[in-house]
Amino acid sequence: MDGLPTHRRVPDLVVLPGSREELIAVVRLLAALGIPFVPRGAGTGLSGGALADEGSVLLVLTRLNRILQLDQQNRCAVVEPGVVNAKLGGAARPHGLQYAPDPSSQSACTIGGNVAENAGGPHCLKYGVTANHILALEVLLADGSLVALGSPGGEPWGPDLVGLFVGSEGNFGVATKITVRLLPLPRAIRTLLADFSSIRAAGEAVSAIIAAGIVPAALEMMDQSCIRAVEDSVYAAGYPRDAAAVLLVELDGRNADAVVAETDAVTDILRESASRSVRSAANEAERERLWQGRKKAFGAMGRLSRDLVVQDAVVPRSALPQILETISTIAKNYGLVVSNVFHAGDGNLHPNISFDATDPAVKQRVEAASGEIMATCIAAGGTITGEHGVGIDKLRYMPLIFDAESLGAMHAVRKVFDPQERVNPGKVVPLHACREWISARPRAVA
Amino acid sequence: MTILDKVTALLGEGAVLEAGTDRVPRVAPGSPDAVALLLGTAHQEGWRVRIEGAGTWLQSDAPADLALTTRRLDRIPAIEPSDLMATAEAGIGLDQLRQQLADRGAWLAIDPPGLAGRTLGSVVATATAGPLRHGFGPIKDHLLGVTFVTGDGRMVQSGGRVMKNVAGYDLTRLQAGGFGAFGAIVLVHLRLRALPRADVTYVLEGAREDLTQVGEDIAGAGLTPAALELVSPALARRERWVLAVRLAGSPALVAADDAGLGAASGGGRFTPLRAEEAHAFWMRLAEGFAVRPVTFRIGGVPAASDELLDLLQHQLGDEWISASPAAGAIRWTGDASVDRLQRLRRTLAGLEVPLTLERAPWPLRGAVGHFGAYREGVGPLVAGLRRTFDPGGALVVATEGT
Repeated sequence: MDGLPTHRRVPDLVVLPGSREELIAVVRLLAALGIPFVPRGAGTGLSGGALADEGSVLLVLTRLNRILQLDQQNRCAVVEPGVVNAKLGGAARPHGLQYAPDPSSQSACTIGGNVAENAGGPHCLKYGVTANHILALEVLLADGSLVALGSPGGEPWGPDLVGLFVGSEGNFGVATKITVRLLPLPRAIRTLLADFSSIRAAGEAVSAIIAAGIVPAALEMMDQSCIRAVEDSVYAAGYPRDAAAVLLVELDGRNADAVVAETDAVTDILRESASRSVRSAANEAERERLWQGRKKAFGAMGRLSRDLVVQDAVVPRSALPQILETISTIAKNYGLVVSNVFHAGDGNLHPNISFDATDPAVKQRVEAASGEIMATCIAAGGTITGEHGVGIDKLRYMPLIFDAESLGAMHAVRKVFDPQERVNPGKVVPLHACREWISARPRAVA
Repeated sequence: MTILDKVTALLGEGAVLEAGTDRVPRVAPGSPDAVALLLGTAHQEGWRVRIEGAGTWLQSDAPADLALTTRRLDRIPAIEPSDLMATAEAGIGLDQLRQQLADRGAWLAIDPPGLAGRTLGSVVATATAGPLRHGFGPIKDHLLGVTFVTGDGRMVQSGGRVMKNVAGYDLTRLQAGGFGAFGAIVLVHLRLRALPRADVTYVLEGAREDLTQVGEDIAGAGLTPAALELVSPALARRERWVLAVRLAGSPALVAADDAGLGAASGGGRFTPLRAEEAHAFWMRLAEGFAVRPVTFRIGGVPAASDELLDLLQHQLGDEWISASPAAGAIRWTGDASVDRLQRLRRTLAGLEVPLTLERAPWPLRGAVGHFGAYREGVGPLVAGLRRTFDPGGALVVATEGT
């Protein structure tokens, strides 16, 4: 399984190539034998996207973990797919640079996995998701051939195939070399913690900040259930336990004066938005503590029960207060504990359902509640995943947001890259919902 | 029955416009469904179709049986200032869209080259970013989703209307800069920003190499301009090269950067432009790329900007040129032959720098292509994608050249 405990698969074989050459040789062998395979990074995904079925080979890329080049002048790096996200950040830091996408799993997840999923993270509000930071790729196609996509400066070489590849969840091939954009480290960072007596007030504060034309580096929300889980854990960050919601707001930049001025403006907005208190991290240690609570929130919630489903959906920012109330109602109706910790600034929700998967009845209720949450988000004009991907977990929801024609087009694109559909089969596009499948079905006789 | 008769029967007389000088029938469907109907019919009938917007950017001269213009697709179904998103049809003029957004306190942070009435669809299909790419990224970064019609009349949606979305493959990015090779864009979901409460432009004249250094100093000082553009004298209509700096955002951010600008430029030599002067400056720059026969862009690494400018000067002249050095992006316009463009493209390919031909008369773009030859292994993928989205080859687009 991966980071989502509801799906489990057992592959026929697991291969861990130790070099690019070994990887190419393995893929070419699999091509010759016609065997499906599933590329996998650290396995921290949350959609069942890197699970291999019986009959498939699991191709684990964690040993391809070298940073091949770090170009300070042109602010880019070339890495192998198994490089851990935080390791790249650590390597860039002494050069005054950063790799901006920062998924919560960044201490374990790999850049190759980030590319496959188009991973996000708290600081993507200001800096963008993985797709905004990939300049070029060397891709190993399912037939064993190599193609170079993009250019070191980021200008596409023809149509934007880098943009198409990022987020394709491994269906188009394996990224063997990844050229990433690095950004200058901010010179000033201010982190604020604001607490509210209602989720609605916190949601309105988020809208007010964005409407003021200020783009914080991060704008995260946690509800009371999440706050208490964190405060009861070793990751306790000093969040007020009686708050209905807290907002973690971070502002950063290269111009310290600008950061201070915008922090003052945000503080005023938070106070005008009925925040009970606004606290500024006094030093780096306090900032790290506040962030540790947020980033380890999923781990802290693991204490609430045996299993945890981390859901992922996006809604228009203005719909957040109403959606959160509806999710709370859904949880009550199904007798489930749902905690919310999410990227409020871009409307990316993560309702977390704590449950015991050994109880089939409870598991069924979790599935049903997840479906209702997704339907609610879609009805509000949202989508089923903002950063975790479709994998196998969200396959059933794809026909709710794309019609048969659009799904058919996606399927056709996949076949351009992988005509035999051997790379990561059965993910992303539900074939039964594609136009070709529907039109090929025998018609019912009246 | 002529093509025109069939189209009139299909879409009504109101959809048929006066033909251009090349006498190719020009049709303006009034809805995305009408575009699908027209392209589906074209596919069945074997008609060759060229896609046009307002006809102010790419020359309307590709050989075709029919010109499909998006100019009647000019509605803005949604502007949501609180969610900073809008949905607009592809044929809306950017000037109209900007005005309607501004009235609602919202801003689309793109300033593509071209005349004021250039359509949104044209900008997206050609991915022509302007100086604001420095602060806000390329065109694709402003797109949440698109709806497009394939060459055989299928309507396909990609992305959505929310800020983050990884559901399904990102066909939006394939369409952005695809030059219409993968279908006709009919609807675009846009990521907006709050209308900047402060927006000022400064200019500094000087020798190119001196201005390049100032640009580096500004970046080194930690300022975050919305645009940092190096403009040739002819394009700027000044005596010397111009470094234009645009600061846009919250008053706090702009005031802080404003204060830092003087120090970064070694003593406040920058001249502030009044609002109307700034508007005229940026407008002139955008329009300057739409009047000469050939316009192209190249994209290199930032450190190579100077070398690339030298190369362009040597091979084609640098009279009409504009560059975002920190983004590694350079746009050139003027007159050039097929041979010289192909030679330049070959030289640039050796430096791993792509040249994208943005505008040119058909004989030239048909020969040179928007993209030219692809790198090894990429050609079959692009050909496969074209077959997927235009199985009958109805869409006339010069992607690779001859």
